[in-house]
Amino acid sequence: MTNPDRAKQYLEVEHNLFQADPKNLLLEQGFTWLVRIFAFSTAGLLLWLSWIIFQDAEPAIAQFGSDFLLSQNWNVGELSFGAAPFIYGTVVSSTLALLIAVPIGLAVAIVTSENFLPVWVRSPLATLVELIAAIPSVIVGLWGIYVMIPVLQPLQLWLYKHLAWIPLFSTEPSGPSMLAAGVILAIVILPTISVISRDVLLAIPLELRNASMSLGATRWETIFKIILPASASGIVGATILALGRALGETMAVTMVIGNSAGINISLLEPAYSITSVLANEFAEALEKLHIGALMYLALILFVITLIVNLIAVLMVNIFTKKIN
Amino acid sequence: MAKSLLDKSLETELHQPLGVGRTLFSWGMTGIAFILTGMALLPLCSILLEILRQGIPNLGWEVFVSLPAPQGMTDVPNGFANALLGTILMVGIASLLSVPFGVMTGIFLSEFGKTSTIASGIRFITVILNSVPSIIAGVFAYAIVVITTHQFSAVAGGFALAVLMLPMVALTTEEALKLVPTSMRLASASLGGNSFQTTFRIVVASALPGITTGLLLAVARAAGETAPLLLTALSSQKWPDGLFSPTASMSVLIYNYANSPYPEQIQLAWTASLVLVGMVCITSILSRLFARKRSLVR
Amino acid sequence: MIFFTPAFRLVVTTSLLTVAVTLGQGFTAITQALTLNGAGATFPKPLYDRYFAEFSKKYPDIQVNYEGIGSGGGIKQLIAGTVDFAASDAAMNDAEIDKVKQGVLMIPTAGGAVAVIYNLPGVSGLKLSHTVLPDIFSGKITRWNDPKIAADNPGVELPDERIKPVVRADGSGTSFIFTNHLSAINDDFKTQVGATKEPKWPGNPLKGKGNPGVAALVKQTAGSIGYVEAAYTKQTNLPAASVENQKGRFVAPSIAEANTALANIKFPANFRVFEGNPADGYPITGVTWLLVYKHYDSAEKTEAVKKLIQWCLNDGQKFNNGLGYTEIPASVAQEAIETVNSGISTP
Repeated sequence: MTNPDRAKQYLEVEHNLFQADPKNLLLEQGFTWLVRIFAFSTAGLLLWLSWIIFQDAEPAIAQFGSDFLLSQNWNVGELSFGAAPFIYGTVVSSTLALLIAVPIGLAVAIVTSENFLPVWVRSPLATLVELIAAIPSVIVGLWGIYVMIPVLQPLQLWLYKHLAWIPLFSTEPSGPSMLAAGVILAIVILPTISVISRDVLLAIPLELRNASMSLGATRWETIFKIILPASASGIVGATILALGRALGETMAVTMVIGNSAGINISLLEPAYSITSVLANEFAEALEKLHIGALMYLALILFVITLIVNLIAVLMVNIFTKKIN
Repeated sequence: MAKSLLDKSLETELHQPLGVGRTLFSWGMTGIAFILTGMALLPLCSILLEILRQGIPNLGWEVFVSLPAPQGMTDVPNGFANALLGTILMVGIASLLSVPFGVMTGIFLSEFGKTSTIASGIRFITVILNSVPSIIAGVFAYAIVVITTHQFSAVAGGFALAVLMLPMVALTTEEALKLVPTSMRLASASLGGNSFQTTFRIVVASALPGITTGLLLAVARAAGETAPLLLTALSSQKWPDGLFSPTASMSVLIYNYANSPYPEQIQLAWTASLVLVGMVCITSILSRLFARKRSLVR
Repeated sequence: MIFFTPAFRLVVTTSLLTVAVTLGQGFTAITQALTLNGAGATFPKPLYDRYFAEFSKKYPDIQVNYEGIGSGGGIKQLIAGTVDFAASDAAMNDAEIDKVKQGVLMIPTAGGAVAVIYNLPGVSGLKLSHTVLPDIFSGKITRWNDPKIAADNPGVELPDERIKPVVRADGSGTSFIFTNHLSAINDDFKTQVGATKEPKWPGNPLKGKGNPGVAALVKQTAGSIGYVEAAYTKQTNLPAASVENQKGRFVAPSIAEANTALANIKFPANFRVFEGNPADGYPITGVTWLLVYKHYDSAEKTEAVKKLIQWCLNDGQKFNNGLGYTEIPASVAQEAIETVNSGISTP
């Protein structure tokens, strides 16, 4: 090969390297934009969803305004609607669920993250609890009707017979009740709490535990005074995330809550939740105002879960930053 | 003098067994923790046992190939073949809709946006979208598809499920892509690959098992959803009839039959539950297999 | 190429296959048969399931799909135009009829009794008088051992338990028939609740969706009382109370007694009747209607609807008694067929 030939070759290569092919450039930019468009449309979906629900709720918002939140009257025939019993049912059943699920979920997280048990028992145990999340909630509801309520009913009767002086247990139970809804929700949200809490506990640096133990603290003293405080923001985050899940859960609740719109202090009384009224009445809402009222309820639920989940995500972020 | 006293007290403290109170506390807490863990497992075991106990007697070939029998007709086979098909159909539609958007969003978050403000914004919105209650997705699909087409349909059901699957697919895709070492991207770029080639031929291709895992998990979740389908696909006693007509699904069939006064329909609900749980489990196991493959690749 | 890894190929092939199989199934169904979609009352659901299964045996090229979503839902769907026909056991009122752009015909297909079912272990043959029944559902009588109930049921051991009424959660023609009767026999009930598809029940009753939902709740809940179409009692083995009629006789819901009640009803030209308290027979009795449009956009659909109505009113009627419904008198059925044949068209 002669020298000029080689020089020419080098020049060609240089040309190829520094002068991008215009077709290639177009493809490159086009692809970048395509990806951006897809990503923005995903984000746009949330806005679209909010807008559509708000728009369809408009007739009811215009008609009832904020009175909707406090009114107890839900009468499809007279087209007068109020959300209070549904908001009450959703909030109380979710609170009950948290009261039951948080201690149990934390216990599972502690048992599966500490070395009480050999690893070959511990991790299948964690997976098993996680498995509850994989069971469709309609099946949990089916189980609720035919297994849980018959088991729960004697307990409810006992509460009524012996503790009726407490307003919470002051009415004779029928079976489906606010309490039943709380218990079934607790089962549904348990994996959320235990799985995230377990991850949080496992993320606590070993040094903290070693330091505490070497100073003479027992295992449980270490858990209560060192590990739990250090992981508090993560566990609270998990709890709030579970709350979001409980507020939005539909099928399992609908199947055991009794679907009766009324505000009653007694937990043994049937109740109604926002999600169950949506599931029950949407397919047959006839009047624009009725659809509007249901959309208004959906909007309320959407806003509540949005706020709750925002807080939860922020809490978990705080914890991750702290650990890192 | 004082020093020796201190020594002595230290010595006793170090050599004496733990105080009664502290010992009791330890044992008590351990006991409570184990009892509570047992309580957590109780419903799960009960649910699984009950599904098996009630579901198996009815489980035969005919439930997979025949339609639900009208009440009062005992001479025809009773099954839920249409619901099985409907669930597969709607999850299929949902996957077709959500996978392009989800994977592209994941690519944007991991390859293009990375830590920019826009990307964290979109990531945040996707996380929030992931926690939207499923019935809200149903209400949305009702307003968008059912009201405009005047028809409960498989498309409306698929659309609602797609809204639920999209953020899951996007987030798991991002996670999977993040695991691909940067050196592979650099190698591709240094060989002259443009961003399209680098992304699809190198990054997505090597993250494929991870993406598939995420997709299968999303499919498993969508297959069990009931609430959004109640408002969008309704249900049907017949075979799916095109994409724009009411369509049966396993989950809605279970819900309807759970609230039935007829013993044979309740029986069928349990059998359908067994099959649905089986489908979800198989999907989850498949996803784990893909996840294992991913770890081998790495 | 890494893009075409075996894993990727596997995923693509399986998903394509699944889609092809499912879509193929859907499309073959389209080409094979014409489908009529209907929705509405759960009251005649067992009957219609049977009707449409038998109908498709005779006309394999026509499939009929019926969803029990409640009468209110059926009428809504009909107005929205999302179904080909609907069913209701509360006749549409004028305001509702006006909303249907294509026009609507109401075709009676069956009559039925609304049974008052209860779940009281150890108690059978419960009797409920004119005074007791409305008071139970308006929350004035709250315990099973109330002296008023005891007076109707001498010798029956009634438990000291709370009465748990079970009512419909959805807009329902069964609720209409039931409240229509209670309003006819009790003025307080009429002013307080009234005859409507969506009654505002006093107290805090349990609510079930559809007739099956109410029956299932009563079955699961000891001490409960509810109302369902009589066919549901037969297939679920729930006891039904005997109810006092206009003549003062306690009547159990049966086809014969429902026939007696309907015998005296005169059907007007539009087949709309609202009888709250028939002269004799089982007092809580109503009629259920198929609601069809006057105009369909295709000639095939028009023909199919005509065939369906004709079949239901001729061949179909013989299934009514077996499933616990009354037949429509033959003269009325002929009138209805004529109305449909002349009244439905393709514009």
